[in-house]
Amino acid sequence: MPTYQRQVLICGGTGCVASGSLELQEALKDRLEACGLTDRVLVLQTGCHGICEAGPIVVIHPEGTVYTEVRPEDAAEIVEEHLRRGRHVERLMQRDIHSFYAGQMRLTLQNCGRIDPERIEEYIAYDGYQGLANALFSMTPEEVVEQVALSGLRGRGGGGFPTGKKWEFCARAGGGKKYVICNADEGDPGAFMDRSLLEGDPNAILEGMAIGAYAMGADEGYIYCRTEYPLAVERLHTAIAQAEEYGLLGDNIMGTDFSFHVHIKEGAGAFVCGEETALMASIEGKRGTPRPRPPFPADSGLWGKPTNINNVETWGQIPQIILKGGDWYNAVGTERSRGTKVFALTGKVNNTGLVEVPMGITLREIIFDIGGGIRKGKGFKAVQIGGPSGGCLTEEHLDLPVSYESLSEAGAIMGSGGLVVMDDETCIVDVARFFLEFTQAESCGKCPPCREGTKKMLDILNRITEGEGSPEDIDTLERLAYQIRETSLCGLGQTAPNPVLTTLRYFRDEYMAHIEEKRCPAGVCQALTGYSIDPDRCVGCTKCAQVCPVQAIQGERGTPHSIDRETCIQCGACVKACPVQAISRS
Amino acid sequence: MASITMTINGTTVTTEPGTTILEAAQSAGIHIPTLCHHPALPPVGACRVCLVEAEGSGKLLTSCTTPAAEGMSVRTHSPRVLEARRFVVEMILLRHPLDCFSCPSNGNCELQDIAYELGIEESSFAEEGDTCRDHPLEEDNPYFVRDLNKCILCGRCIRACDSLARYHAVDFHNRGIHTMVHPPADRTLEESDCTFCGQCVQLCPVGALAEKPSRGRGRPWELHPVTTVCPYCGVGCELEIQVNSKTGRIANVTSDYGSPTSLNRGRTCVKGRFAWQFVHSGERLTTPLVRRDGELREASWEEALETAAAGLQRIKSDHGPDSLGFFSSARCTNEENYLMQRLAREVVGTNNIDHCAHL
Repeated sequence: MPTYQRQVLICGGTGCVASGSLELQEALKDRLEACGLTDRVLVLQTGCHGICEAGPIVVIHPEGTVYTEVRPEDAAEIVEEHLRRGRHVERLMQRDIHSFYAGQMRLTLQNCGRIDPERIEEYIAYDGYQGLANALFSMTPEEVVEQVALSGLRGRGGGGFPTGKKWEFCARAGGGKKYVICNADEGDPGAFMDRSLLEGDPNAILEGMAIGAYAMGADEGYIYCRTEYPLAVERLHTAIAQAEEYGLLGDNIMGTDFSFHVHIKEGAGAFVCGEETALMASIEGKRGTPRPRPPFPADSGLWGKPTNINNVETWGQIPQIILKGGDWYNAVGTERSRGTKVFALTGKVNNTGLVEVPMGITLREIIFDIGGGIRKGKGFKAVQIGGPSGGCLTEEHLDLPVSYESLSEAGAIMGSGGLVVMDDETCIVDVARFFLEFTQAESCGKCPPCREGTKKMLDILNRITEGEGSPEDIDTLERLAYQIRETSLCGLGQTAPNPVLTTLRYFRDEYMAHIEEKRCPAGVCQALTGYSIDPDRCVGCTKCAQVCPVQAIQGERGTPHSIDRETCIQCGACVKACPVQAISRS
Repeated sequence: MASITMTINGTTVTTEPGTTILEAAQSAGIHIPTLCHHPALPPVGACRVCLVEAEGSGKLLTSCTTPAAEGMSVRTHSPRVLEARRFVVEMILLRHPLDCFSCPSNGNCELQDIAYELGIEESSFAEEGDTCRDHPLEEDNPYFVRDLNKCILCGRCIRACDSLARYHAVDFHNRGIHTMVHPPADRTLEESDCTFCGQCVQLCPVGALAEKPSRGRGRPWELHPVTTVCPYCGVGCELEIQVNSKTGRIANVTSDYGSPTSLNRGRTCVKGRFAWQFVHSGERLTTPLVRRDGELREASWEEALETAAAGLQRIKSDHGPDSLGFFSSARCTNEENYLMQRLAREVVGTNNIDHCAHL
């Protein structure tokens, strides 16, 4: 067996793959072969490092050097300089990623970016399946449930229901056939923590599910993964096959009487299938629509059998809780929100990516310390937490310690952990409209408040952004929002009005500017903004008129020109053509 | 198992485990309006009209799906419930055409009844252009018409097709505001697995589905039901013939899904429900005919039966009972066929008995 001097870890997460990490990997291997270094340097593919913004990411051990934004054409230099001569390629180390990791506490994501997700041996090398072994050989099922309850872990999919309690319900349900399900139907715009975890550490999910199955008396599990995550599905298949080969899944796990089989069900892209009852209907081959509860899945779930459903991130936390004890996990976080939470940090922030932080951290620390602040030095305006079901929080909430309770008091929710940061050039009405457009399109159509009500809200928001709103529209929006929340069947409808309610709560002035002054303060809403030419600056060169595709610009050569706003399609071609910067948007 | 004691609107109600809040209320004579619910169909809690408030539960509950529980205290008409119920009905009315004047279901429309009960004339959220006019009328078959503009997406037709007819010919399509009830893969109803049994038509709470042969034959309040047995086959399904009191003629055929005595429990096929026009055919015999001197002449029932009996007796005494054969019809009921064979075997004394299903 060759003794490698160095290991080159190349990120194989979807973000880095999209920015060319597979090509980079090929280039590096070709180069190593050409230089005869293949027996001294091992090239490995890992899961996501989190900071997708800086990808593709390459880590070289034993030095621990991190290279960012590496292109295939950089392969030669890395091989020549670093791997042959032992000198850092400084130009690929310019990005400050230390601050991105400094404030984080990576428990769930500990293996992401560290191990090869396609080799179960690497997972095992980092104590993988040790939690399951502990459970099987030294704990009763009741003791496992007790440890999970002690940890204080709450559902990471958005609901925040205490996981230990949920397990207890299912464990107590009558004997016979039971199922455990992993909800991997991640669908919030901008959220990708489940995908990264599945791609980067699939065995942690399988181990978590196996522990849960043992604790609750299930012998079969389903992972409901959206089909838009092909890499996650592929790696799960690989992990299941390897785990079965090692006797860590399947019949008589580790030689015990405990058997557990896992299947993967690919969802067909319906957002509502993330709702547990819709998800189970979908697995059963029915149309994925929610049904009222009771009965709860713990009593009557998949095919009418007692079933426990947890989110990817929740399952991912289980192995370590069992391995290190519930009180170890319980020591992190706030009084009622324990442990860590993974957030997908996106939007107008410098370091976008996946961050795992202890509960109780402030939004300011996440956005400004880890996230590196707002892009291009712009001002912070709001942050949308919890996806389309969440809410927009403002400057005044920046020092709020993040927990299930604090967020919901502020009108938002933890949700699955999407954090979309907005700068002062973002129109808040447009943001609310965007989320309503999403929830309306994804409503399953079963109950009238969600189906008809969100459409009516969207109509009104469209009208306001087009300058056609009236003051009564605000009252109507609020009435609709409260009643949709009150009367909808499932979580999708019950939370769909949240973005509108929070933005009305914190940014009512901005709505009123659209309605009363027909003005979009952020300059985003097309119908309320337009281009105009400053007559003092214009030199009458006609360049703008020449490029205008709709002949909206008039004026004699040598005299100031003007734009007919009715005709203008706001393509912006004139702005680029103007040699004296006389044209601006207002 | 012990019975459950709960209170509904302050009244103590005792019910059996497994009953829903709605059933418990109904048993106590307390009315909770419903739309997507029908006793013959599995409950789905979709329309939200039957929402009620239960003490200790933060959320409003659909009474059609929530089981009654010991000690539960339910309010069916509290201000919170009424506001929510009114909102839900206004949402349903948002796109629903208010052309009740010409709608075949006028007077027999559950949405109309609920709007009346809640004092709603039209949705306060409705604006110009909201009324749904997207769908062309579907009337390519001789049995019923579909007007999807009127559909309120309660899903009763889908459940009727699934759990009563068991064809699954239609289901919900698309999502959000584009949701509609349709056969699969953009097929028309005529190209689908639909057998036109028409059960969905009867269970449609509004005028989205309407029987074609009934058009113009009477308004719902002009009809009275006559319970009878279907004349089409030996199964003996019970039907409700809706007779127009003014004209004395059949206006429609329905069935009673709550009938305790019928063997079909409301289920019907296309023939029983739609093929009743022969009843009023001008070519139909309405009096017995007896052949005299080689010609058929009208006769009274007594005369006709006596003639037949005398003829049968004569043949039997002249040639023996086995010279006679009895031939019955598969369109008779089982009971009628049974009587026929007793007539043959016991009265006449022959085993020569058969019926047309052997042909």
